[in-house]
Amino acid sequence: MHPAYSIIFFTAASGAGYGIMFLLGLAAAAGAAPSGSGGPAFVLALVFALVLAGAGFVSSAFHLGRPERALRAFSQWRTSWLSREACLAAATCVPAVGLGAGWWMGETGGAWRTLGVALAAGAVATVYSTAMIYRSLAAVPRWATGWTPAGYLGLAGASGAVWLACLASPFDPEAGRGLAGVAAALLVLAGAVKGGYWRAAGRRPAESTIGSATGLDRIAPGGRVHVLDPPHSEPNWLQREMGYRVARRHARRLRAVVWGLAFLLPGLLCLAVWFAGGRGGAGTSAALALAAASTSAGVLIERWLFFAEAEHKTALYYGRERV
Amino acid sequence: MTALPRSTRRRLGLVIDLDTCVGCHACVVHCKEWNTGGYPAPLSDADPYGADPSGTWLNRVHSYEVEAPGRTPRVVHFPKSCLHCEDAPCVTVCPTGASYKREEDGIVLVDEDLCIGCKLCAWACPYGAREFDGATGVMKKCTLCIDRIYNDHLADPAPACVSTCPARARHFGDLADPGSEVSRLVAERGGYELMPETGCRPTNRYLPPRTREPAPIEGEAGPRGGGGEGQGSAPALADAPAEGGFLGWIDRLLSSGAPEPPRGGPSERPEGR
Repeated sequence: MHPAYSIIFFTAASGAGYGIMFLLGLAAAAGAAPSGSGGPAFVLALVFALVLAGAGFVSSAFHLGRPERALRAFSQWRTSWLSREACLAAATCVPAVGLGAGWWMGETGGAWRTLGVALAAGAVATVYSTAMIYRSLAAVPRWATGWTPAGYLGLAGASGAVWLACLASPFDPEAGRGLAGVAAALLVLAGAVKGGYWRAAGRRPAESTIGSATGLDRIAPGGRVHVLDPPHSEPNWLQREMGYRVARRHARRLRAVVWGLAFLLPGLLCLAVWFAGGRGGAGTSAALALAAASTSAGVLIERWLFFAEAEHKTALYYGRERV
Repeated sequence: MTALPRSTRRRLGLVIDLDTCVGCHACVVHCKEWNTGGYPAPLSDADPYGADPSGTWLNRVHSYEVEAPGRTPRVVHFPKSCLHCEDAPCVTVCPTGASYKREEDGIVLVDEDLCIGCKLCAWACPYGAREFDGATGVMKKCTLCIDRIYNDHLADPAPACVSTCPARARHFGDLADPGSEVSRLVAERGGYELMPETGCRPTNRYLPPRTREPAPIEGEAGPRGGGGEGQGSAPALADAPAEGGFLGWIDRLLSSGAPEPPRGGPSERPEGR
């Protein structure tokens, strides 16, 4: 599939944003009081998360043919995961803004806990809907597995945790240390899920062939069907959009880069912060900033691979043997 | 709403005969010609006369070669347009309600005034039936020529691709009606659906190429091979009657010296050469 930069940025940025919101929601639900020096950190992190999510959605509008009609995408939530994603993303802003206002005023009571639960649940549901857009496409068999939503949720949580640790540490070193520990655990989890996704994709048997796509396998028992002439002299939109395929050699290298940038480096940095104890200081801040930047760079490459490695069944009509 | 109808009263669709399709692309051209004019915006082309032309088409003809052990390789021309699936995934993924399947006849359509051009429907379609029109920013697809098939003013209210096919390889009708001509063709010829494993339950059917006698191996005298002139199964051409007048004189003049051609019908052909 063609990896559109607007969609890559959108899924990576909104994933991290909703990951932060999920953790903040959990903190609020648990009654964590952002008192004293921790208070501004929570509000700052919430604003940062909303900016990330918002930037992602603005970016996603850039791949539309008619962006001025984007509001129509909120209408079909009964059937379309894309529409559900839009609705849930917007709905999740309500508890986010409410919670931010509460923190600003220093409130942490019962109603605010409920808002925290709503924020965490909304963040999970939004990221899950994003993933389900791809998981529900039977035409792209690599995506049509439970590993797709697991991978999106895992990376959203992990990248959100790293960013949150980075943002909280200067205000409250002890909270930053705890969040670094959470981030390290989530990075391990997300890495395991991503490994599972790639492993499952590598083992998946082909569902369709050029013979079943054309039905001509029935007149060629034991034989083969191949393209003699494409329909047009030049590649068409379908081939550009669905036929994109990254070279296997590049895919292997890029996966190694993803392992290093998205999981290994930030994981080690977060562990170092954890074991260093919550002393804070410039070293901790620099380590967590590097971890956050590295995670997001890794997620961007992971998302590029997610699209570029996926094969669409339409490619069968243009000569791919099996998908 | 982009929910699919539970069932449709009719299932209008195409039956395409891969045995008779000659790959002339007339259906492709007529489809483009009709659908570029009948709507608010044309089916656009980009760089049509340049080095890298590209355009929006609702129907395309692929050509495949089929090879099997012990058989002569065979060329099959393969037209493909929207299959108007019963479980059309392109409809349910649409976030705007622009895509819909009609309850009355099963035709899958796009409301171009609602479409935001997110392209997700094209991603959802395993058959590559929908194309993005870069000039108008919306999705285009086969409408089964809905502006022709219900037009009482047309002498032949069939879809453009069907009416234009010189090989009569394309048939249009109601596949929900077991008595319709298309349903009978499907039953007689073993019409099949493409990629049943996708679960989309397409309406259109394809009639497989008929099996043919294997061609004789080269160098061996077969019923048609190894013979000389005049042994073909087609009757010999009748000779033109002798011309009189000036043209006759020219003919005689030019023919002088050449052996007299054999006269009469096939009975006088040389035998057993």
